[in-house]
Amino acid sequence: MKPCNQHDGRRGFLKKSASIAALYMTPACLVKTYAMDAIVPLPIAKEKLAITINGKLMNLEIDARTTLLNLLREDLSYTGTKKGCEMGQCGACTIHINGKRTKSCIQLALSNQNNKITTIEGLSDGLSLHPMQAAFLKNDAFQCGYCTSGQIMSAVACVREGNAKSRKSIQTYMDTNICRCGAYQNIVDAIEEVAKTGAKI
Amino acid sequence: MKSNNYNTIFLEDERVDGADKVTGKAKYTAEHNLPNLAYAVFVTSTIAKGTIKNLDTSKALAMPGVLDIIYYGNCPAVPGYISNAAERPKNVFEWRGYKILYDNKVRFFGQPIALVVADTFENANAAIRFVKADYEVEKFETNFDKARLDPANLKGPVNYKRGTEKKFKEANFFIDAEYNIPLEVHNAMELFATIAYWEAEDKVTLYDKTQGPKSTQSTVAKTFGLPDKNVRVIAENVGGGFGSGLRSWPHVPAACIAAKKLNRPIKLVLTRPQMFTLVGYRPQSWQKIGIGADAAGNFIGISHEAISNTSRYEDFREGIVDVSKFLYACENVDTKYQLLPLDLSTPIWMRGPGEATGCFALESAIDELSYKLKIDPIQLRIKNFTTINPENKLPFSDINLKDCYAYGMEKIGWKNRPSIPGTVKENGWFIGYGMSVGVFGAGKGSASVRIVLSNDGKLLLECAVSDMGPGTMTSMSIIAADALQMPIQKIKFKLGDSDLPPGPSQGGSGTTSTVGSAVDLACKTLQQKLKELAIQYAPAFATTSADALEVKNEMVISKTNASIKIDLVALLKLANQEKIDLTINSNGKNAEQLKYTSNSFSAHFVKLAVNAKDGSIKVLNVVTTGDAGKIISPKTARSQMLGGVVGGIGMALTEKVEIDQLTGQIINASFGAYHVPLHSQIPPTDVWFVNKPDIHMNEIGAKGIGEIALIGFAAAVANAVYNATGKRVRDLPITPEKLGYKTIKA
Repeated sequence: MKPCNQHDGRRGFLKKSASIAALYMTPACLVKTYAMDAIVPLPIAKEKLAITINGKLMNLEIDARTTLLNLLREDLSYTGTKKGCEMGQCGACTIHINGKRTKSCIQLALSNQNNKITTIEGLSDGLSLHPMQAAFLKNDAFQCGYCTSGQIMSAVACVREGNAKSRKSIQTYMDTNICRCGAYQNIVDAIEEVAKTGAKI
Repeated sequence: MKSNNYNTIFLEDERVDGADKVTGKAKYTAEHNLPNLAYAVFVTSTIAKGTIKNLDTSKALAMPGVLDIIYYGNCPAVPGYISNAAERPKNVFEWRGYKILYDNKVRFFGQPIALVVADTFENANAAIRFVKADYEVEKFETNFDKARLDPANLKGPVNYKRGTEKKFKEANFFIDAEYNIPLEVHNAMELFATIAYWEAEDKVTLYDKTQGPKSTQSTVAKTFGLPDKNVRVIAENVGGGFGSGLRSWPHVPAACIAAKKLNRPIKLVLTRPQMFTLVGYRPQSWQKIGIGADAAGNFIGISHEAISNTSRYEDFREGIVDVSKFLYACENVDTKYQLLPLDLSTPIWMRGPGEATGCFALESAIDELSYKLKIDPIQLRIKNFTTINPENKLPFSDINLKDCYAYGMEKIGWKNRPSIPGTVKENGWFIGYGMSVGVFGAGKGSASVRIVLSNDGKLLLECAVSDMGPGTMTSMSIIAADALQMPIQKIKFKLGDSDLPPGPSQGGSGTTSTVGSAVDLACKTLQQKLKELAIQYAPAFATTSADALEVKNEMVISKTNASIKIDLVALLKLANQEKIDLTINSNGKNAEQLKYTSNSFSAHFVKLAVNAKDGSIKVLNVVTTGDAGKIISPKTARSQMLGGVVGGIGMALTEKVEIDQLTGQIINASFGAYHVPLHSQIPPTDVWFVNKPDIHMNEIGAKGIGEIALIGFAAAVANAVYNATGKRVRDLPITPEKLGYKTIKA
């Protein structure tokens, strides 16, 4: 076992861990038996990560294989960001990375060195609701609430991107986020309402 | 934060738990953190049927952080896994379904065969790939379409008959056709998860995604040989269920077994692919409907036959053919229902359950018959409308479908519907209109509710029901606010914990009726108690009788002299009581209510367009109407109906599980390959309710909405597709290929 004490940079890490990560990220059903025999279990290095989450700079030592979503949910208790598929298909895990909406389940936490992350918990100042949160509440834009964090993070981005100019455009740019309860019409109502105010959000 | 300031909530009609959901504060099952938590991940089978000859766990056990690998070779004894009743301890029931981690049999592709437990999720997930199974493979059958053709494969039948069998064939006009619905999966957004923790040798706490905290408590207790009170099940927030959480699936005992073996809390979260195999699905079905009418449109006979699949190890039946027995007036009805066991996991009710399956066939057949008769399909339904349930001969407690028809026809623009299909084309799209009816039984069961009025004027209500999304906490708070005439912001409804007074599982559209009636009774009991206290302790009331008093606006008031009143807080102080704390039991329907048969009804109206070039289908407009008694919470009820439309569009146009018949594996077990509707597939939808209390049904006059929101909807789409194109599709989902288009051009 050779513990990795020194952070040797994102590129170096990626080279070293590419095979582990690729295997880890591959659905079990796609890994063939012969591949298993060929891979020798490796000690898992802890890697250093400097990341800003909701305005708070954190210097962490993390498992190299941890996805950004699992870092948030399992290690840091930011459970507002949801796990729905771990394949980047449902949007429940949507967060903002340096202001851009991104699915946190399909990237490694370590690829976010020095990045600024905003989660649903950091969307408002904690004293009042963000206008999009208030609009979701008012329009009953959810039922079970599980996709809601992701919908709201996408919705805020959708408005900021300038893609909320019509209902059709909102729908297209919100196709990134699945709602199985079927609150779609109310979600679009909420986004349209916020977009129409023209306020910077 | 607004969630701490509920002043505006009642006026704005927002969900009482809504602020927690839009801020990410609401905690779902997998989000509870316990000290010393370990993570468990399943290893699943890569064959559909057979025996594991050898399971090599040595490599995986050597992986970093791996604590244990539990499988048939080392699974601790579970009392409920003992098949021989004589050997089972008293009060232990045999586990229903396959006994996970217990034997070396494989019953379906993707069945858990081992559970890897590690200190972190990453370590557990990495190790599952190093567990190696050698199988003795057996011949399997997962092909429903093929297997159903051999009667030897079928179980049953369950038959029903009134009047003459197959009478429809004697009618001048009849339809005799077959309908197919593929296997569909609930796919709630929240992944199923269980966190299990043994506080003592005989005491376990579970955070569990379930629609029934009490039923899960009972199942776990009876499986592990514990008294109910030693099992606590917490499900504060449930991220969708649609029926899949109506039983405890094998992963629940698996988490309990691991937590006990390792003596530490275990978190087990299913993956999205496992959501397709481990927590049920709508069974695949084949139906045949014969329906005949005279020239005036009077139904002469209905014959409804169905086969649906189940697993090899459990029988699952649902109400597929039941709708045909009672929705329309018809003297001659016969039904036949059989099961086809396949080498798949066990199905379960999925939103609308069997009634949604049955209504697709029946409501499609009626539409088809209407063209033969040259009678408008709505008029044909009105022609055969009945206020007496023809199956049990009891009057419907209330039925207002004609009001639904009138509203829907007007709003969808039914007058523009072409009576000859395929005749309206606009800008390269065929336009069509369709409608259908949905129906579901409206029940009322027993429930207990604790009601606590504190001397700070706040009201607490408690019941061990769960809320998977419809807004139970909100509607129960509204019922209490209405009954007591007090502001909703002073009311808190606690649910989702088996330690609370027993309530039903949330399913079968029964929560509002059952728990709502209990809340109403609890409030009335509290009012009576308050009146008695006023008479006993407040001098002004000394000479009045309880009948002459009412409780409203947080006061006890004389009905005859409004100046005689006392504030509830003042009354409790006067009586020197910190609180009034009552627990009441509310029972099922009483003798008077049982003189009626109760159902919720819906009528759905669809306008859609079919592209003439490539056959793609665009739903343009939907009007959905519900006849479900009094609508307690208009905002959340509307949302439920909207959700039914979305689910219905999925059922009609996109959803289908694909099985590779060479391996028995579901090959589209992801959102990328199993298509649930997205934002851009949803048309503007108008929701309307009759909103009339059903006074014969229960004390609050409210019936369920969850099922009728979806039941029948797929038929409205199929009927509109026929109206647009002249092509009748009886196999779901309706795709361009089924309309005769070979390829879709982008």
